[in-house]
Formats: sequence, C-alpha cells, structure tokens
Amino acid sequence: MNIQAAITIYKFEMARFRRTIFQSLVAPIITTSLYFVVFGAAIGSKIESINGVSYGSFIVPGLIMLYLMTESINNAAFGIYFPKFVGSIFEVLSAPVSSLEATVGYVGAAASKSTIIGLMIFLTSNLFVTHDIKYPLVMAVFIILTAITFSLFGFIIGIWAQNWEKLSIIPTLLVTPLVFLGGSFYSIDMLPEFWQKVSLLNPVFYLISGFRWSFFGTSEIPIALSIVAILSFMAICLLVIAIIFKTGYRLRT
Amino acid sequence: MKSQISIENVSKVFGTHKALNNVSLEIKKGEIFALLGPNGAGKTTLISAICGLCRQSTGTIKVNDFNTLSQYKETRNQIGLVPQELPLDGFESVYNSCQFSRGLFGLKDNRDHIEKILKTLSLFDKRDEQIFGLSGGMKRRLLIAKALAHEPKILFLDEPTAGVDVSLRRDIWRLIEDQKKMGVTIILTTHYIEEAEQLADRVGIINKGEIILVKEKTTLMSEFSKKTTFIRLSKKLKHPSFMKKNKKISLTENGMTLKLVGINDTSNELQSIVNLLSQNGIAFTEINTVDNSLEDIFLDLVETQ
Ligand SMILES: Nc1ncnc2c1ncn2[C@@H]1O[C@H](COP(=O)(O)OP(=O)(O)O)[C@@H](O)[C@H]1O
Ligand SMILES: [Mg+2]
Repeated sequence: MNIQAAITIYKFEMARFRRTIFQSLVAPIITTSLYFVVFGAAIGSKIESINGVSYGSFIVPGLIMLYLMTESINNAAFGIYFPKFVGSIFEVLSAPVSSLEATVGYVGAAASKSTIIGLMIFLTSNLFVTHDIKYPLVMAVFIILTAITFSLFGFIIGIWAQNWEKLSIIPTLLVTPLVFLGGSFYSIDMLPEFWQKVSLLNPVFYLISGFRWSFFGTSEIPIALSIVAILSFMAICLLVIAIIFKTGYRLRT
Repeated sequence: MKSQISIENVSKVFGTHKALNNVSLEIKKGEIFALLGPNGAGKTTLISAICGLCRQSTGTIKVNDFNTLSQYKETRNQIGLVPQELPLDGFESVYNSCQFSRGLFGLKDNRDHIEKILKTLSLFDKRDEQIFGLSGGMKRRLLIAKALAHEPKILFLDEPTAGVDVSLRRDIWRLIEDQKKMGVTIILTTHYIEEAEQLADRVGIINKGEIILVKEKTTLMSEFSKKTTFIRLSKKLKHPSFMKKNKKISLTENGMTLKLVGINDTSNELQSIVNLLSQNGIAFTEINTVDNSLEDIFLDLVETQ
C-alpha cells in the first residue's frame, strides 16, 4: 500500500486550497450571512416556527448541507478535472499509485475542504441565531459522510467531464435544484400532499432531514432512513468509481 | 546483457487505426536506446503503454520480469518519464512540484536529492517560483527534474530536445550520459537522427506502428554506410549523356556537381570516372567524399517501406 502517495496527493490538493483560502471561505460566509439577514430576520420573522424551531434556526442545517454538497462536488470535480485538463495527471497515472490510493488522496482533500467550509458556515450562523445541538456526534457523522459521498460524486463528474461546460452542468442542473427542493429552507409538511410525495423521491431530502434531526431532535422522516440513504448513495458512488478504474474510462487511453 | 524491458507482440488500436502493430522489442539494462521514427509512427504510444498511460490492445510488456498490467506497482516504481508535451500544474512551485513527483512513488521528501537535481538542471534559483512563470525551456528542465525526483532505474524521454535551444540540448545530452554512467537504462524517442547518432547504443526504427529494424548503432552505421562522392565541376555540364548508363552517378546543383553514390573503395571506380571526365574534356575543381549519415539510412528505410 503506497500510503505516502495518497498523503502526497492530499497535501498537494490542500495546498491548492490554502492558496485560494480567501475566496474559498469568504464567499460562503458572505452568502450565508445574506441568507440569515434576508430569510432569517426579514422574512423569517413573518414565518411561524416549525416544530417549535424558529425559522432562522431551522434553515441552518439546510444551509450547511447546501454548501457541503455543492462545495464537495465542485472541489472534487475540479481537483481531478484540472490535472486532466492541463495533462499533469500523467504523473499520477504513471506512478505506482493504485486507484484506491488516488481516490483517497483526491476525495479526502475535497471532503476536508468542504468540511472546513461547512464548519465556517456553522460558526457564522452562530452570529445570527443561537442553538444547542441535540446530537453533536450524529451531526459530525452526517457532515463527514455527506462530504465524502458528494466528493466521490464530484470525482466521478470530474473524470467524466471533457470540457468546462460539462464540469458544471450536473452541479447546476441537477444538484442545486435537488438541494433547494430537498427542504433546505422549508419543512415538506408545508407543501401540498402531491409535492410531499415527490420530495420523497429526492435523495437529498433524506440527508437534510437527518442532518436537521441531529440539531433539533425532530425530523420529517426517521433518522435511520436518512443514514441508510446516505450510505446507499456512497456505495453507488464507490461502485461507479471502481468500474471507472477497472475499465480505465476517460483516464487511460 | 540481461534484458530489462521485454515487449512481446504488442498492438494498440485506436478505433480502427493501428497505432502499434505487433511490436516486439527488448531493452537491455544500462543501455541508451533510441527509438527513431517520423511523426505519428507510434513512439509516444509505445512509451505510454510501457509506463501505464495507455493499455495495449494485445501483447505483454514486462519490466524486470514484472508484468506492466498485473504488477504495475513493481514496474512503475523503476520508471521515470519525461513526456513529450509540457503538462504541468502552473500554480505549484518548482520545488513542491518535484516533491509531489517523489511522493507519488512512496518516497519521503529528500531536500538534498531534489535540490541536487534542481542544481544540475539550472533550476535551483527558481525553486520557489510558480511554474507558469517559467520559460518553455525551463519547463522542460523541470519535467526532467520531476522524472528524476524518485531516482528511477529506467528513464524514458519522449522527444526531449524537440524545439529546445542549443544550450539546453547540450545540457540534456550531458545529463543523459551522466545517468547512463550511474547505471540508468535510457529510452529516448526522437526524430532528430543526429540525437540518436550522438547518444544511442542501439537504435530502433519505428514507422507506421511497426518496428522496422533494431541494431547496434555502430553496426547500423557500418552496414548501411555508403560513401557519397561529390565532384565539383569548373563549369556547368551541358551534355551529361556520357554518364547515363552509370546509375550511381547523378547531376546536382544545377549541373555544377556530379554526385556518385556507393562508389566502391576497392575497385577503381572513382579512377575510371575521373578518366572519363578527362576524356570528355570536363574539368573539375574539387573531389569530396562523405560518409552517409544515419539520417540518410533512416530516410531510405522509411521511404522504401
Ligand atoms: N488517444 C488517441 N486516440 C486516437 N488516436 C491516437 C491517440 N494517440 C495517438 N493516436 C494515433 O496513433 C498514432 C501514433 O501516435 P504517436 O504514438 O503519438 O506517434 P509519435 O509519438 O511517433 O509521433 C498517430 O496516428 C496518432 O494520431
Ligand atoms: Mg510522440
């Protein structure tokens, strides 16, 4: 096992993050603050509390999830797409590095970055609303599982994409709507019955619901179902990556 | 000598195009092997298959008896690759980029080693600079440094001197010779015949995906060496009819020079041609004989294929 290689890739990717730390962190913090001002204070004051949770607090888990998912996908997709684009991936492909080691390095780094961003958003939210976390351990587990799973997903997108347009098409056309419609900013109990049923088909809904449960101890669906959902998604991503490496898809000619 | 890389019946098909056609080749330990061929011959594809950048469609490749597909860790461990293009992550610093290369091979950072290589390649002053600020020549130097960062036993250089200036070419040639002295096996591809002639122990000629010939460079040169003799005339030859029947003779430079190809040393061929010229009252100012270069041999072979 070439652990050194995985560490090397990880460090290299984290160095890229450090070089751009300002943009990486400042943008999410500013946007989150705006969300709190607009939704939490301005609009939220008109919305009655949901299951005993004020609207301002209610959107915190949703916002963290929103960033965790999109940042994981974007970071991981870029992390592998960029060396493919400039050609420097040849080094990894011609080194004694297994697909597992490479995946651990790239995905680990992307997941770490988005986790850091997620924590920054959490800290920012504390400036606007106070909350005590009901189940901090579950919250941590959810953050880590989500970061890893969506980084795996982003990694697949980065390998699949052959141009910059394709790189961003799935995050914009699929992931963002799923996250918004997955109950980041509302409880699905507020929706008409038909749309409640539709929401149950949205995988992201299960994650946001479970994550929210770790904050408040209440959720639309049982926590176990949320855990099963995230683990299933992770398993699917791992399987796809295994197939990619087995066949050399879009990496080796 | 034991063979270090063994390529057996390797073919590579891209769609319908056969980039490599049943290539078999042995590379000996410690030699400099030049793979010579025109653009599109399949040089890069062959190197890529050995190094793991592409998978051959059929055939086996072994490095030190390890299979490049099933035992890739053992084979790649030995190999350093300098690619043909300049594929670099421009945001990284020179030193870190070398450290990254080394780390991929499972080795801990070794500042002394990397700095030594950077000094050899005149990159030491640039070690903390970002790569995109480097000139093309510097980037090529860096790619060599990265390939050497893990102290490989086998070094592949894919057209290392294509488009580089004279001083860098000299540096690269010197570095290749130094690596050979350290026992490193070197495989370089080139379409500069001069380069093969200068450096190689053995030369393989590849064309349209097939290895046409593999020979010791010296054997190749002597086997194919034909002398060419030029006789510069004092004035333009108007009636070249007297030499029509001799196929070895042709007229060049606007009728000012006779070119004699493959004149035999031992017979009196040259003497009789000179006599013939005198008989016809043709004066000449200079006779000049040159050995054929590898370039001529190469072009002959590729054209006749
Ligand atoms: N990824 C690829 N897809 C399709 N054709 C390719 C690919 N790589 C190389 N080829 C083709 O294979 C042939 C050999 O290419 P290459 O090995 O790069 O030649 P060389 O390095 O000798 O110039 C060329 O005809 C080239 O167009
Ligand atoms: Mg080439």
